[in-house]
Amino acid sequence: MEGGYSPGRFGRALGWATALYLVLPLFIILPVSMTDQRFLSLPHEGLSLRHYAALFASGEWFASIAQSFWIACASTILAVSAGTLFAIAAWRINRRATELLRALMLLPLIVPSIVYAIGLYRYFGWWDLLDRFAGVVIAHGVTGIPYVVITVSTALASFDVRLEQAARGMGASLRQVLAWVILPRIMPGIVSGAIFAFIHSWDELVIVLFIASRDVFTLPRRIWDGINENQDPIMAAVAMLLIVFTTLLLVVDLAVRRRRDG
Amino acid sequence: MMRREAGWYALLLPAFLLLSVFYVTPILQVLAISFLEPSPGFSNYERIGTNLSVQRVIITTLRICSITTVLALLLGYALSYTITLASERARRWWLLCVLVPLWISVLVRAFAWVTLLRRQGLINQTLQGAGVISEPLELVWNEFGIIVGMVHYMVPYAVLPMLASMREIEPRLLAAARGMGASRGQVFARVFLPLSMPGVVAAGVLVFIFSLGFYITPAILGGGKTLMVAEWISLQILDLIRWGLGTMMATLLVVTILVTLAVFSRVVNMRRLFGGA
Repeated sequence: MEGGYSPGRFGRALGWATALYLVLPLFIILPVSMTDQRFLSLPHEGLSLRHYAALFASGEWFASIAQSFWIACASTILAVSAGTLFAIAAWRINRRATELLRALMLLPLIVPSIVYAIGLYRYFGWWDLLDRFAGVVIAHGVTGIPYVVITVSTALASFDVRLEQAARGMGASLRQVLAWVILPRIMPGIVSGAIFAFIHSWDELVIVLFIASRDVFTLPRRIWDGINENQDPIMAAVAMLLIVFTTLLLVVDLAVRRRRDG
Repeated sequence: MMRREAGWYALLLPAFLLLSVFYVTPILQVLAISFLEPSPGFSNYERIGTNLSVQRVIITTLRICSITTVLALLLGYALSYTITLASERARRWWLLCVLVPLWISVLVRAFAWVTLLRRQGLINQTLQGAGVISEPLELVWNEFGIIVGMVHYMVPYAVLPMLASMREIEPRLLAAARGMGASRGQVFARVFLPLSMPGVVAAGVLVFIFSLGFYITPAILGGGKTLMVAEWISLQILDLIRWGLGTMMATLLVVTILVTLAVFSRVVNMRRLFGGA
């Protein structure tokens, strides 16, 4: 805000302190992950990459990373396809009823995952989906829909309805309008939604704690066990990789948004 | 016209069916179990009045959530205020400080706090090394640790709605007030603060309802000694197999959140909040 008005000393100091409080704990993981010791600590004599080496050599960690990755990919596809179609249709119909449905779509953001998790625990027992890849994909996909609905709706808000009407008026079918008129224009919104849905699944733990046990053992689940059980610095290496990975995805998202805005 | 719209309605279906079958139904089932097990009726809900463990967990949760909300609002306000008044270039970096922690895995953040706060953690070692303290401080596996971690998680959620409402404040108003002789403190207290209030209320509601059902951070930083509602529910279901009590608390949690949201629905716009991030 350029207006010849700047914050006072106290406001600025508290603002800086808050920013440091948010960011510093994340930075501290980097030196800890490169410690030369056998337990979680700052490096004593020198930096070492052996915990990263141990991480990549460990079959267990690698299996969990791969499993989490595939689950996140599959559930992102589910969330993006259902969420995008929904957002487009709700935008096009734009009645009171669709507003209500849209509110329903946002429920997974509002209802705590613990409530959903215990519900699924019993429900998936009937469907025989406990400890199954498909079960976790469905749970993560469904709870990822709101992110897609939000980003795609935002992208649609700046889209001129008359373009769609003109295309229909000139004889395009619904499928053609979707593929050639609407989807290309809202692609950045869809990509954003996909990134958020992916991160959502990739990080999700509470649901997994209830509906998966042995065959499906995702990365967050392994980290959870690690935090509760041991002081192995391999944890810091995993944490560091996750931070880098999430930050990269966010940078991609920012780039996509800038292209859309610019 | 009608036939044309039918196609659009069909596009609503996949998401609607997925959500009904795999989201809403399991949750409605939780509500049903709370009235049906172990015996039909309100017996689980009567425990709220009689069972000490139930009362204690409710009070602990409300206390921690209130403290978290106040602190997150205070820190978030200072941060949003600084961001709003920053230059265009600096603002991008400030926003990154908010958005990156927002999307970093909650587990990673809890892990970072454990590394810092535990008895042989970095803070205690540094303070002992500097000779400030002789015995390590108890910084984690208690309520203090939970609050440090939860506030850390919630500040970004507090910043986003406050930032949105602060950016709508006309900067020339502030300059004008200054020009007419108001001190910096007066401009803040009489002009900026009242105009930013809608954002503060929205942020408060959001942070409070998010804190209520929080599981991972309190479980890791509380070390099993201080129980909040979510961890208590999980204990009832997984360890004690008391479905009735667990689902009762889950129902109570959802109802509290939905009622709070309904009351404040005019100031909190979830879609705008997340879409504007």
